[in-house]
Amino acid sequence: MKTIYQSLCFEMNNPVPQAMAALSPRKLLRSIVLSILLGISSTPAFADDLLVAVASNFIKPMQAISQQFTESTGHKVTLSFGSSGKLMAQIRHGAPFDLFLSADQDKVTRLLEKELAVSGSEFIYAQGRLVLWSGKQELVDTSGDVLKSDKFRYIALADAKLAPYGKAAEQVISALGIEQHLKPRVVKGENISQTYQFVRTGNADLGFVALSQVQHHPESLKGSQWLIPRDYHEPIDQYAVILKRAKHKDAATEFSQFLQRKSTHALIRSFGYDLPTSVQLAESDQSCDYAYLR
Amino acid sequence: MLTSADYSALWLTFKVASLTTLILLILGTPVAWWLSNTQSRWKPLLSALIAVPLVLPPTVLGFYLLVLMGPEGALGRFTDAIGLGTLPFTFTGLVFASCIYSLPFVVQPLQNAFEAIGPRPLEVAATLRASPIDSFFSVTIPLAKPGFFTAGILGFAHTVGEFGVVLMIGGNIPDKTRLVSVQLYNHVEALEYTQAHWLAALLLGFSFLVLLVMYTVIKTPLRVQHV
Repeated sequence: MKTIYQSLCFEMNNPVPQAMAALSPRKLLRSIVLSILLGISSTPAFADDLLVAVASNFIKPMQAISQQFTESTGHKVTLSFGSSGKLMAQIRHGAPFDLFLSADQDKVTRLLEKELAVSGSEFIYAQGRLVLWSGKQELVDTSGDVLKSDKFRYIALADAKLAPYGKAAEQVISALGIEQHLKPRVVKGENISQTYQFVRTGNADLGFVALSQVQHHPESLKGSQWLIPRDYHEPIDQYAVILKRAKHKDAATEFSQFLQRKSTHALIRSFGYDLPTSVQLAESDQSCDYAYLR
Repeated sequence: MLTSADYSALWLTFKVASLTTLILLILGTPVAWWLSNTQSRWKPLLSALIAVPLVLPPTVLGFYLLVLMGPEGALGRFTDAIGLGTLPFTFTGLVFASCIYSLPFVVQPLQNAFEAIGPRPLEVAATLRASPIDSFFSVTIPLAKPGFFTAGILGFAHTVGEFGVVLMIGGNIPDKTRLVSVQLYNHVEALEYTQAHWLAALLLGFSFLVLLVMYTVIKTPLRVQHV
């Protein structure tokens, strides 16, 4: 219960971006007034206080990573969580983020096209793993045959238009050729957290959720799951990019390098994410951009 | 500009809002009547219960409805036992949740209207040998007419604008639970701003028209004169 509630809170408390104010007294005053109005506790302004916008699905690993980053570099990191779509809209309308960790590639590409992001700074920081999961024991088998059966009333997946995990789930469904069988049974979550809630509360018998979610909630392991093989869908690449408005470009660059370190990769993997092996190749050659290698 | 999915979401929203308003007017009237007349010590409790959906953020309300109506929830077990199955992801479930969500918006105007009438007109009716039921229909309801209109408009408008609850328990099924607020939100999230603008404009125009018609119909004086 507690964990569902926590993930729900994260969804709902999409925090208002907080202006970092090592600025003129007027701007400082303005941001203080704003902070009070918005009810945010304003942190003292430091020169290198990174403001990072992060897709909600990456909350847990990001908290761990930023803590390590602060310990090793001294830079403070303030995280702002939300759906990639909302964060992108905020960035387009002038939100003062230094770095943006999207849940997909599309938002990053669009920001690059609009020249709101530093071109060449984008990289894959994580890859999602899709899992077919049910709270019920023995419902899901390890080859996904349950999908072709009548053993369930509702199957939950994220909206393909909004969530990369939803897109991947639809690719799996069409790869298995069971669109028609599933059509009357499908319910869609607006994002992957909501999809997980549908299954977790038992309202949907099973659903395509993120491996990181199942791993994060130990109780969920009691159910049954099928880790979808990688070749059933296109990789769920999560891209990060440095933003043009970044006030601390050096620290932002430092942080994006930190995200690509081997030790950080190991940490990210421990949260149920994958990383493409080719990212490490691209790492050695900064001018070589993985996004265009594919 | 708009797809058939958009129109179907609009139509579905209209259906949910109308049905919810109708149900709430029917169920809300006796409740509001009782509240406006009772001296019971349970009155504050019931009033508070009815007002709670005003305070709860809709997503929170929606989440707990999802838990309550789910197969492990008390309500879910009940509906399952009587053969209805569980309510989330169904049109019925959406109407049920909307009724809870919009309840205070219907009950409170009605209660105020009933209280404003006071005991006098009913006492007069009683001296003319009208039975309580007769006087309710021929005295109270006509006098409380403005209250019914306000309740209807608020209930309808509030249900059209419903978002958090639908998002949590709807499951986004076309023609069944995909209401216009969610459809609009999805357009924005998918960065389809043009479609979002069109749908928002249409929703705004439509709602404005409905309200305009209703306010034109209620040309009856809003202040009821009595004694």
